[in-house]
Amino acid sequence: MTAQSSIQPAFDPVAARDDFEILAKKVYAKPLVYLDNAASAQKPRQVLDTMRNFAASEYANVHRGVHYLSAAATERYEAARETVRKFLNAAAHEEIVFTKGGTEAINLVAYSYLMPRIAAGDEIVLTVMEHHSNIVPWHFLRERNGAVLRWVDVRDDGSLDPEALDAAIGPKTKLVALTHISNVLGTVTPLKDIVARAHAKGVPVLVDGCQGAVHEVVDVHDLDVDFYALTGHKLYGPTGIGVLYGKAAHFKTMRPFNGGGEMIQEVTRDLVTYADPPARFEAGTPPIIESVGLEAALDYLASFDRAAVKAHEHDLLMYAREAVRQFNWLRVIGDAPGKASILSFEAEGMHAHDLATILDREGVAVRAGHHCAQPLMERFGVMSTTRASFALYNTRAEVDVMIEALAKARKILG
Amino acid sequence: MDDSLRELYQEVILDHSRHPRRFGKLERATNTAQGYNPLCGDRVTIYLIVGQDDRIADIKFEGRGCAISQASASLMADMIVGRTVAEAEKLMGGFLNLVKGEEVRDLNGEDREKLDVMAGVSAFPMRVKCATLAWHTMKSALEGGGAAKTE
Repeated sequence: MTAQSSIQPAFDPVAARDDFEILAKKVYAKPLVYLDNAASAQKPRQVLDTMRNFAASEYANVHRGVHYLSAAATERYEAARETVRKFLNAAAHEEIVFTKGGTEAINLVAYSYLMPRIAAGDEIVLTVMEHHSNIVPWHFLRERNGAVLRWVDVRDDGSLDPEALDAAIGPKTKLVALTHISNVLGTVTPLKDIVARAHAKGVPVLVDGCQGAVHEVVDVHDLDVDFYALTGHKLYGPTGIGVLYGKAAHFKTMRPFNGGGEMIQEVTRDLVTYADPPARFEAGTPPIIESVGLEAALDYLASFDRAAVKAHEHDLLMYAREAVRQFNWLRVIGDAPGKASILSFEAEGMHAHDLATILDREGVAVRAGHHCAQPLMERFGVMSTTRASFALYNTRAEVDVMIEALAKARKILG
Repeated sequence: MDDSLRELYQEVILDHSRHPRRFGKLERATNTAQGYNPLCGDRVTIYLIVGQDDRIADIKFEGRGCAISQASASLMADMIVGRTVAEAEKLMGGFLNLVKGEEVRDLNGEDREKLDVMAGVSAFPMRVKCATLAWHTMKSALEGGGAAKTE
């Protein structure tokens, strides 16, 4: 594949780069090539400016004061919730809970939804490609409540067989918890099919959408998922904020997660009653400035044709995938059809950390390690992988820099 | 090529990592410990035979990890065999100074020269833990074993 033969997508990544000040940065006197987007994406000035302007002119605590700024901030905070609702196509604002991140969102479901419903011997179905944030909360229930974790394997190409997952759902299954997009393999899971199968057996489905929300247009109504967790910082938004979507019917029945201010109706010396969702799950002062930043990030994404952005990211993935074929010492892990723009690989005789160190000195930022997915590493018989993950602002020229750096690493270490 | 990279991945390091010395298991070890770097998943197990005279009569290690961690373990095993526990700990102190880019004390000329191949690590703060894993594990083995972590 050459640059000339490609069809120009209707999205201009080079123009978008101007929105990201950090991309002009040099590291070790070399232009930064930021390919660690699956860990965290960079922030466009639209997000940074919005947060700054909000903090400089409209900021106060929300839902508390009667004063002007408190009302203004509350309005902005709730408007951000509405933007998230639209982004996910949720039915109602009370189905959108702000959390401090994707991890907290999943922990909230583990604690408030599943813990009261699970008894010793009950099962939770997971895939081997889950991130630790969608594993460890379920281990807590294994440790505390005797829950049993049932693992669904992936195929050798990293794809997920919905029938295999279906087969793992039994009479004792209380929840299916799976990722929308694997943070290591890039695999996009067939959610709609899986949700239909789980629901046919009366089992709810939680989706870890931390990667999924970045690369796919998410419609929770169409997917019919019970819970969908996402994080702001991978979506070009700020750290410190995430979202838990949950069906209103579930949220209504759930106990609070954290206790504190904002989440109560009334507190006396002897009694406490809780607020309705979403406030019930938002104890304490929420990430107010971050909510406005997240809204700006979603607006930023919405300013593009998302299908064109996806096509661009896919082009980068295919371009990189083709280019690494020249290295017979490199094994790509995860080749599922239709996968997202995440390329993980193992290099013969070279540890991922050595490789990443050499790439780093060429200005290329990649991730090396187990990517918080140790069961998956075990599945593929590797200790660690090197991962390049592409965002909307990456270019083919940057892929070329990575390829050259890989060749150099081979020269040094090989 | 970047000089600091050349310094980090010099031939001696790569040779140690490809052909680690004293790699394997000691069935009759008096002291063992496992080390783990949760950041990258590197693992090392150190086996020691410490004699009545407090001398490290034998040492072997097993593990998987990056070139830096493997080379460091290999070099360490090579250097501390035959030394007393106190001497090994002193060597470790000097080594830690070296890879952290601190002033190196307590190393004689010959030891300093041997360990100097690891000095390039000090330019890579994110990789210092790779270099120190085996040494912390060795110390943990001397102190009665168990698990050492780099965190």
